[in-house]
Amino acid sequence: MELKSAVPEGPIAEKWERHRFEMKLVNPANKRKHSIIVVGSGLAGASAAASMAELGYQVSCFCFQDSPRRAHSIAAQGGINAAKNYPNDGDSVYRLFYDTVKGGDFRSREANVYRLAQISVQIIDQCAAQGVPFAREYGGLLANRSFGGAQVSRTFYARGQTGQQLLLGAYQALSRQIGLGGVKMHPRTEMLDIIVVNGQARGIVVRDLVSGQISSHVADAVVLATGGYSNVYFLSTNAKGCNVTATWRAHKRGALFANPCYTQIHPTCIPVHGDHQSKLTLMSESLRNDGRVWVPKAKGDSRSPAQIPDAERDYYLERMYPSFGNLVPRDVASRRAKDMCDDGLGIGGGHQVYLDFRDAVKRLGPTVVAERYGNLFEMYQRITGEDPYQVPMRIYPAPHYTMGGLWVDYNLMSTIPGLHVIGEANFSDHGANRLGASALMQGLADGYFVIPYTIGNYVAQAKLPPVSTSDPEVKKVEAEVTEKIKKLLAINGTKSVDAFHRELGRLMWDQCGMSRNRAGLESAIDKVRAMRERFWKDVFVAGAGEDLNQSLEKAGRVADFFEFAELMCEDALHREESCGAHFREEYQTPDGEAKRDDARFSFVSAWEFAGVGAAPKLSKEPLEFDYVHLAQRSYK
Amino acid sequence: MSSTQSLTRSLIGRKVLMAVTGVVLLLFVLAHMAGNLHFFEGPKAIADYALFLRTVGAPVLGYGQALWIVRIVLIVSVLVHIWAAWSVTRASRAARPVGYKQLEKVETTYAARTMRWGGVIIFAFVVFHLLDLTFGSANPSYVHLDPYHNMVASFGRWPVAVSYLIAMGVLCLHMYHGIYSGFQTLGLNHPRYNRFRRGLAGAYAIIVAAGFAAVPVSILAGWMR
Amino acid sequence: MKLVLHVWRQAGPQAKGDFVRYEVPDASPDISFLELLDLLNESLIARRMEPIAFDHDCREGICGSCGVVINGRPHGPQRHTTACQLHLRSFQDGQEIWVEPWRAKAFPLVKDLVVDRSAFDRVIQSGGFITARTGSAPDANAVLVPKRDSDLAMDAAQCIGCGACVAACPNASATLFVAAKVSHLGLLPQGQPERYSRVVKMVETMDAEGFGACTNHGECMAACPKGISVDFIARLNRDYLKATLAPPPEGAGWSGAA
Ligand SMILES: Cc1cc2nc3c(=O)[nH]c(=O)nc-3n(C[C@H](O)[C@H](O)[C@H](O)COP(=O)(O)OP(=O)(O)OC[C@H]3O[C@@H](n4cnc5c(N)ncnc54)[C@H](O)[C@@H]3O)c2cc1C
Ligand code: HEM
Ligand code: HEM
Ligand code: SF4
Ligand code: F3S
Ligand code: FES
Repeated sequence: MELKSAVPEGPIAEKWERHRFEMKLVNPANKRKHSIIVVGSGLAGASAAASMAELGYQVSCFCFQDSPRRAHSIAAQGGINAAKNYPNDGDSVYRLFYDTVKGGDFRSREANVYRLAQISVQIIDQCAAQGVPFAREYGGLLANRSFGGAQVSRTFYARGQTGQQLLLGAYQALSRQIGLGGVKMHPRTEMLDIIVVNGQARGIVVRDLVSGQISSHVADAVVLATGGYSNVYFLSTNAKGCNVTATWRAHKRGALFANPCYTQIHPTCIPVHGDHQSKLTLMSESLRNDGRVWVPKAKGDSRSPAQIPDAERDYYLERMYPSFGNLVPRDVASRRAKDMCDDGLGIGGGHQVYLDFRDAVKRLGPTVVAERYGNLFEMYQRITGEDPYQVPMRIYPAPHYTMGGLWVDYNLMSTIPGLHVIGEANFSDHGANRLGASALMQGLADGYFVIPYTIGNYVAQAKLPPVSTSDPEVKKVEAEVTEKIKKLLAINGTKSVDAFHRELGRLMWDQCGMSRNRAGLESAIDKVRAMRERFWKDVFVAGAGEDLNQSLEKAGRVADFFEFAELMCEDALHREESCGAHFREEYQTPDGEAKRDDARFSFVSAWEFAGVGAAPKLSKEPLEFDYVHLAQRSYK
Repeated sequence: MSSTQSLTRSLIGRKVLMAVTGVVLLLFVLAHMAGNLHFFEGPKAIADYALFLRTVGAPVLGYGQALWIVRIVLIVSVLVHIWAAWSVTRASRAARPVGYKQLEKVETTYAARTMRWGGVIIFAFVVFHLLDLTFGSANPSYVHLDPYHNMVASFGRWPVAVSYLIAMGVLCLHMYHGIYSGFQTLGLNHPRYNRFRRGLAGAYAIIVAAGFAAVPVSILAGWMR
Repeated sequence: MKLVLHVWRQAGPQAKGDFVRYEVPDASPDISFLELLDLLNESLIARRMEPIAFDHDCREGICGSCGVVINGRPHGPQRHTTACQLHLRSFQDGQEIWVEPWRAKAFPLVKDLVVDRSAFDRVIQSGGFITARTGSAPDANAVLVPKRDSDLAMDAAQCIGCGACVAACPNASATLFVAAKVSHLGLLPQGQPERYSRVVKMVETMDAEGFGACTNHGECMAACPKGISVDFIARLNRDYLKATLAPPPEGAGWSGAA
């Protein structure tokens, strides 16, 4: 399939401006006549739903949690980037653009990234106006910090709860619209399929998670803001409910899936402690600003950290990357931690390294440290029972964010006309690796400032014959969904859904995680297929369909992970290079850095569904770099 | 609905009424307690005080008029206070139709938990108290305008004296939580002074209760006759 | 460690519920309370019984989904800790644990330990926001916010909407939740234009939803995983009194007033 990125003509700095002028407008009276479905109430979904309702569209919004305020965005800790240059340290739209393209290891679309950097500035204004209590200086001005390897301080934050505060801002705007009747909210409702009527996305089929009732909703356009798929690894820093279902089922209806193998592993998470662990907890990246990462120089050094003198500690990041030290990008920090532990240098020979605040406490004093990281330290102590003021934290990388997602053009529209995809659910802006504090920025940019324009451009031009929920196409999809649920309940096997999910997760983590190789990936594909077959034969889903049934919810999601996992491995296998978070052991520099192959792989891989188990079809969107010059990333 | 209507209809509004009338009652008991201390200056002093209560404000006001004004204010306050207490209590009961098997107490105080019954007991006490020392019908040998005699006569009966003391204990608790709670309800808080609020409530409650108790105790102990 | 759980099971809103006794013979003290429920559910599934329904999502103490009353304490015995962050370290081997759902008329029970907290959403919809249409905002630094105010606003804004305050309150009152939002927005300059209309509408909705009255027990603060202070309740009452008794003129804190 030929992919039309629809990037406007002209110099990069003027593209968005020009496009906004060229896009068709819907006159205010007509906006009321257009209905739009938004699936998801995270930063992307809530901001989009609220903003489009403000414009006058009839919006219905869906989420599986009991309240839109609980979307996974709530968990984001560290902060949000914006090219405000308030600290006057030389930041600019261009620098944020440059850093993001470079950080993404030259696998993102320049035009989108530039627009993101431009919009970032408005986002902070918008959020401050909504009452987001960003950190401030004594004079009352906004405070900034440097985050995740950036050499300028462009990150805005609200203690360790930036995502929470930004989401509450969007949630409150959404709530206002719900109160005014502009948005009809459907919490505890899960989207299970999309409805495509003569080539256009015209609605969704959902399950009411309380009554179990299946119903359809039709509209003029559908926006997916359903987040990322890190939970394919079972253990990740994502909320338990995060899933690939919405995007995967859209994929099965014709939306191309881009770069599924780009999954980010976050360097600073609390290590796995046991078999019954249900999720991994992230310790904000901001900790690396003052914490120092090290392992004992001697293998099997069993002394307590306090007894290990500096001379016998290996501050390996500072050693390998003198100029960036502990602030190297996530993929680098994660991979180095893995190397250390694979070499048996991990604490107690296990998979964990130290993140030490001893020197920070010495330098800044405990009060300043508490002021900056107090609540993170408390969280760590609650979970591990250890006090980071006294003993160094123990950390290890964990799956965290997925750069891959449904392919979208410059207007954030997928390959199915009318189906728009925003936030983490799309593939757009982060290339092969996302910089810290850039996901919140992207989610809000998409929702507040991009989709409200581009949706208008779509509905103004598209021919939209009326559809009703009683149309045969609609009924057909409904029937298929009902069928699938019946099937899951009927298997009546012996193993629980979670057992299967854990098994899949462990496999993906070992073979398609922080580093990958051909043999591993090939075997993984076979294993996934085998597991999937066993799943459909042997899973036991307790309870009934017409009821609140959490096992059934999980079962549907895991079933989709099983199909998706295969595509993820396919993509990783096909991309014979190392770029950003995708590290193929066969392709690395002598000193173990990722080795890109721009000649062969400077493109977006967009996969087309060809049936379960059948080889997906690959389409390529070539990537040109007219502004940022291709270079080997170096943080030395 | 207009904002003022909202005040009378909302639960917070009713709590405010409760607090305001509560304050009236607080001032009354303080003044009453102080007045009672004349008892220790002997029969004449307190009789004069009783007379003063009725002649105060003359010649503008006639005999007993000032007292009646006070009485009316008190009656109204008590009625409003009780009505408000009753209505928020009902709302709160309705707010939890199905109870817990167990709900631990962490912050709340005994005083806070006994406000409702405490109030009822206080009310019952006041009724008896009026029959005893104001109308005299519950008093063995009531002599109008001779409070000294009336009190000695009444508290000479130890069960009465004791029940008075118990009532004072209840009142003390009610005032202790009532005053703190009133601060919150009326929005009187300030980071600098908050930590004094409970202490102040306690001091006020104990002083008033102790001052009242002094009379029955000293009669019971036989120091005064 | 071995634990004996008595969990409230109720098939649906109308069905009659009761405690069911379960034994978990070998739980590691390092797992969280929700992981204990997972473990129990796995064993139920193995015995082909229906697992216990309970709300949860982030398991990081931030989304506000989880929440059950554990031995009479909403979110369990550990202060400032949600059920998902509560670890079995805080229990003794062999201990009996009673697990109940939030109980309040405004939080009707859905199933087992799951309740419907949409009343909170409706309270926010009635006024718990600052009207700032997308695109209409001035530069973020155009309005200065003294650090003291923004820090205090942040203290209140940390509320995760879990409902433990209601669950813990002897009067099933939502005052702490409402006070937190009213204070967060009312403390910021951006929140001033709607300050008084906001507090009146939110208080009316709170009553209409069937929450009880605050008689200042302070249990809400003790149960609140974010340690939101009852000082904000006094602030709520103060703003509400101002709005109703001495209404500032239209425009000053009244925009959007009904
Ligand atoms: C622990 C953690 C910390 C992070 N910290 C940062 C940070 O500091 N800075 C930063 O920039 N980024 C951070 N991120 C990344 C960032 O939080 C996310 O990428 C971003 O919030 C995603 O937002 P979203 O709106 O796209 O999706 P989400 O917030 O995940 O929302 C998804 C929504 O879709 C709904 N949904 C999903 N599937 C369905 C379905 N089938 N039917 C109906 N509804 C559905 C859900 O109910 C939810 O409302 C962090 C991520 C994690 C996990
Ligand atoms: C006559 C019978 C009385 C009844 C039935 C009664 C009942 C109550 C109740 C139920 C409350 C609410 C509890 C709370 O808010 O914490 C209350 C509060 C209060 N009461 Fe009483 N009470 C009575 C008499 C008194 C008296 C005699 C005084 C003064 C000495 C008093 C002072 C107060 C105060 C100050 C409050 C606090 C109001 C608030 O919380 O805002 N009450 N009362
Ligand atoms: C041991 C404590 C008390 C003693 C010895 C006492 C004594 C008296 C006396 C002697 C009178 C009659 C005064 C007169 O008729 O001139 C009186 C009246 C009254 N007392 Fe008390 N009292 C006590 C406690 C209280 C308390 C706690 C309350 C309220 C909570 C109260 C409320 C009243 C009232 C309402 C009257 C009627 C006043 C009037 O209208 O005449 N008393 N008291
Ligand atoms: S105030 Fe505390 S207890 Fe109440 S909802 Fe908010 S976070 Fe939960
Ligand atoms: S516990 Fe209840 S009574 Fe008030 S102070 Fe908290 S809401
Ligand atoms: S699961 Fe999110 S707060 Fe407990």
